[in-house]
Amino acid sequence: MNEAIRELLAKVGGLPVAVDQISDEEDLYNAGLSSFASVQLMLGIEDTFDIEFSDQFLNRKSFASIKAIERTVEAILKNNEDA
Amino acid sequence: MNAGAGNSLQQRASRVAAIAAQFADNVDTEARFPREAINAMKAEHLLGIQVPTDLGGEAAQVEQIAEICSIIGQSCAASAMIFAMHHIKLSSLVEHGQSAQWHRAFMHRVAAEQLLLASATTEGGIGGDLRNSLCAIEIDGDTCRLEKNATVISYGTEADAILITSRSGAEAASSDQVMTVFVRDQYTLEKTNGWDTLGMRGTCSEGFVFRGTGSTEQILPHPFAEIAAQSMLAMAHLLWSALWYGIAVDAVTRAQSFVRAAAKRTPGVQQPGALRVAEASNMLQMLKSEIVACLNTYRHAKDDSDKLASMGFAITMNNLKVGASQSILQIINHAMLVCGIMGYKNGTPYSLGRHLRDANSAQLMVSNERILGNTATMLLIHKQNTSLLG
Repeated sequence: MNEAIRELLAKVGGLPVAVDQISDEEDLYNAGLSSFASVQLMLGIEDTFDIEFSDQFLNRKSFASIKAIERTVEAILKNNEDA
Repeated sequence: MNAGAGNSLQQRASRVAAIAAQFADNVDTEARFPREAINAMKAEHLLGIQVPTDLGGEAAQVEQIAEICSIIGQSCAASAMIFAMHHIKLSSLVEHGQSAQWHRAFMHRVAAEQLLLASATTEGGIGGDLRNSLCAIEIDGDTCRLEKNATVISYGTEADAILITSRSGAEAASSDQVMTVFVRDQYTLEKTNGWDTLGMRGTCSEGFVFRGTGSTEQILPHPFAEIAAQSMLAMAHLLWSALWYGIAVDAVTRAQSFVRAAAKRTPGVQQPGALRVAEASNMLQMLKSEIVACLNTYRHAKDDSDKLASMGFAITMNNLKVGASQSILQIINHAMLVCGIMGYKNGTPYSLGRHLRDANSAQLMVSNERILGNTATMLLIHKQNTSLLG
């Protein structure tokens, strides 16, 4: 999952630094992720993992770092399994 | 009401509004700072009402401040806008500065000394995109320094302190911002742009090169991204909409008086403007409902940081701003159709020129184009809430 997220980030994130220089915990917004790019990233993640983000996950915190994105995706996948 | 009687927030605001009304035309004509109205706000202690009670304020909530914006907006939109901008800045301190000793002490001063706060978020080379900065705060031990080419600092020369955004350091990305409070004796302003505009002439939103030196304690302890998302944008859209509503209310009141006077002169005859007044009243009611609904949304979201940071909340506030700024123009235009040449002319009891010119700033002050673009981006991913009440 980490790799797939990094791949998407490299493709649509528009970050001024290379994605492999960003740690899992680093704040992506501080690293230069714009709100437009973050939405592109969310769309890519929905498509890749075949999930939908409900409003409760659509906030800055869910996408603040690569780790946070992993946690968000895992939470949604788990919700879907439970449902 | 009787001057001097009553001390509710509304009564205090009404006394300010009466003074603001007296000078509104002169402030507009001369494009000057509405000193009389701002002094009246200070005399009524309205600049510190948002400060928590333990720091000498009255812990006024956003809906109470919005009501005051609307009351003053009915008299002088520029005075109301200055009041709104001051309280938008103050909300950053109240919501994000209470953990810091320096900011607590400063809030105490705002309430005790009725300090007027200004904002410096726009920058040459960045424009109105307040979520990016070029300038960076320099930190040298306990001292911080900042130089910013601020294209707009409304009432900059009249303010007692300026809250200013910058990158958090020399190496930081443009979106990695902080906000710092500098008080009047800590900065200089070198004027770069004047303010000779169509409307909102009294806000004196001139451009300056800001140069300030202070203590690092004056930097707000939370990232500006958080401040903007969690309180500043919502406060701005709510308070602006409230004062825009005030402009529209006064326009409709004038149109209604016009029709009523004509109805008295020619009893039994349906006045041609009467239906327009009815339409304007309809639009005004929708605007009022929208503002009140959004004030409730904010109040309910306020203690839930996840909700405040959600896209659904941001879209709601964006929609409020775009909708309110557009509908006031329609409403005032209706009032103008009713009052005809008496509305078009300056200096009549039905004059609407200033209302219309002031109201035109609403769709530009943070451009609706930018806000719609931002909403459009969010709607790519945000799913619509299809319920009526939820």
